[in-house]
Amino acid sequence: MGGMTDAARLARALGDPASTEALDAGGWAGLLAAARAELLLGTLAYRIGSLPVPPAVAAILADARAAATEQRRAALWEAEMVRRALAAAGCPVVLLKGTAYAAAGLSAGEGRSIGDCDILVPRAALPAAEARLLAAGWEWVKPDPYDDAYYRRWMHELPPLIHRDRDRMVDVHHTILPPTARVTPDAAALLADRVELGNGLAVLSPADRVVHAAAHLLADGDLAGGLRNLWDLRCLLTEVDADELAGRAARHGLGREVARARRLAAAVFDGVPASGVDALYRRRLLARDGWGRATRPLTRLGFYVRSHWLRMPPALLARHLWIKWRRDPSRRA
Amino acid sequence: MRRAVNVRVGPVTFRIGSDWAAPVAAVADLYRDYPPAAPVPDLTVRLEAPRQWRRWLRPQVAVTGDFGLPGMVPLPLAHGLLAAEMGMNLQMALGHRRHLLLHAASVERDGAALVMTGESGAGKSTLSALLAARGWRFMGDEFALLAPDTGLVHAFPRPVSLKNESIAAVQWDGARAGPVLTNTPKGTIRHLAPDAAALAASDRPARAALLLFPRFGQPPSVRPVPPGEAFARLTQASTNYVALGEAGFRALVRLVRAVPAVAVDYPDTESGIAAVEALWAG
Amino acid sequence: MAAEPLDALVAIYHRPSGTTHLLVEPAPAILDVLAGRWLDLPELRRALSDRYEVSGSIAALAERLDELVAAGLVERA
Repeated sequence: MGGMTDAARLARALGDPASTEALDAGGWAGLLAAARAELLLGTLAYRIGSLPVPPAVAAILADARAAATEQRRAALWEAEMVRRALAAAGCPVVLLKGTAYAAAGLSAGEGRSIGDCDILVPRAALPAAEARLLAAGWEWVKPDPYDDAYYRRWMHELPPLIHRDRDRMVDVHHTILPPTARVTPDAAALLADRVELGNGLAVLSPADRVVHAAAHLLADGDLAGGLRNLWDLRCLLTEVDADELAGRAARHGLGREVARARRLAAAVFDGVPASGVDALYRRRLLARDGWGRATRPLTRLGFYVRSHWLRMPPALLARHLWIKWRRDPSRRA
Repeated sequence: MRRAVNVRVGPVTFRIGSDWAAPVAAVADLYRDYPPAAPVPDLTVRLEAPRQWRRWLRPQVAVTGDFGLPGMVPLPLAHGLLAAEMGMNLQMALGHRRHLLLHAASVERDGAALVMTGESGAGKSTLSALLAARGWRFMGDEFALLAPDTGLVHAFPRPVSLKNESIAAVQWDGARAGPVLTNTPKGTIRHLAPDAAALAASDRPARAALLLFPRFGQPPSVRPVPPGEAFARLTQASTNYVALGEAGFRALVRLVRAVPAVAVDYPDTESGIAAVEALWAG
Repeated sequence: MAAEPLDALVAIYHRPSGTTHLLVEPAPAILDVLAGRWLDLPELRRALSDRYEVSGSIAALAERLDELVAAGLVERA
């Protein structure tokens, strides 16, 4: 175990829970803090299950499982309230990400920390969905008209909504990548191939789930929270047919991303050596120490810049940053 | 982190890491007589410089850890001990779930616990410190820990944080105390460690026998609080009631059904103590 | 859901949402009568009067139901 960073130990523990047997008290302290900071403590607790661990650790993991159960309850309730609000809109409502994994009983949902409720609806249904959510007690998070216009024109989702009583956010998507991104997935196909849950909500098909997770991890963001997303992918990959996945990935133009996601999952969780750009991704994904702090600031900065570049073509990015700079209150002369 | 120390308070072990040596040294000194910490910490506190240069230039301590709150104002390094105490409170409030946490002071006599809950400034810290000086066993002045399965109250005897006028009311000779901290957001503060008897007994839980809702600086008044009202007030006084789900609900229902609750208003500390002793005897 | 009478108040733990409510009659009676069933206003009023000897106007009942729907304890078809 010598020489491994705490995040690397966390990744190894998730892939091979029995490897934790060799940990001493200090090793456990670092592992648990890194897991908590990466929102993976509940997941780790389920992966370790009933393997023998020191009593203090067993108590911490039991707490983590209980916390995950309450989070799951809250997430599924939020999905139910969204369902009630949108029931009369007559459009399909497809759950995405953590809420979907929990609702569909997938292994990716076990112990998962779930934040917002993410849903996908047809683009044509957006105005009706927006109206019904506002009528049912959700409110806009950002009142700034520029941000709002930017969101509506350039993003793949409505501006964020938060419920005024329950204080939870819902993100309403009409496709899975911003229209300004280099790749345009087939939103209609995502909706057409959905899997109904029988309660008025649906989730993406097994192959589309993987494609979405890969797009979200690699083509959309700056990889903050990426370790949890990559773990989702590793779980989802075990529940999909390889040929079906290849076909769907090609259909959405995300074949390269899915392939990289598969390689990264193996490199990060199963010890397969990573080379080239994959090694850089791995470095970014494991930038966490045993105190729960983010590390590797230059790598993180590099990925942050990249994420903006991916979301917006250069001219648009320049205009966006100019307007944000002019708005910045700390800049006052 | 440059320095670290582990401290155990009742059933919880904290790991406290700091970018500076001074806060850790202050914590280690104040907690010197506490029982040894568990090898694996339950919760981690970090005292860190918000910017690299803030480690040296008018140093500021940002309080965070396993759990953090956005918008918390950093403290000057001179108040490092206060920052550590705030850090521990923060981790407990946001992360502890093994017990239902009540914002309460508690003391024990003859195996039974008196639990006093209320807003800051209701006087519970001072009452509990003074009752401890009168022979009660001090269990804690910030959090009372209610075990969901047994309904017992577990001690969490952190050092009492005494403020302003209350500092003069306490006998400091022979006690383990922290430094006098002036110009904090709440005025002057001094921490008083619990006595040896309280620390030695800190792993012994007690059954709650009386719930009090005290209010300092009011004309004297004693009023029984019916269970429904007590339940509502206790959910307000708990930082983790919602997080505990059904177990928290059951624990609170059991508590308000089994334990009488009384609202006590008192004009000054002496009459407060007298009222408490009278209620306990009755 | 779990219902625990305390005095005039009934503490309710609603398992699907994880929320706790403190209710006074007739709310707990309404929840009990509606458990697992769809009823319209007249049917509900009749059931309340039969089972709990609770009576009142349809308008008052509608108001109580609005409150329960807003709290997420009752679903409206």
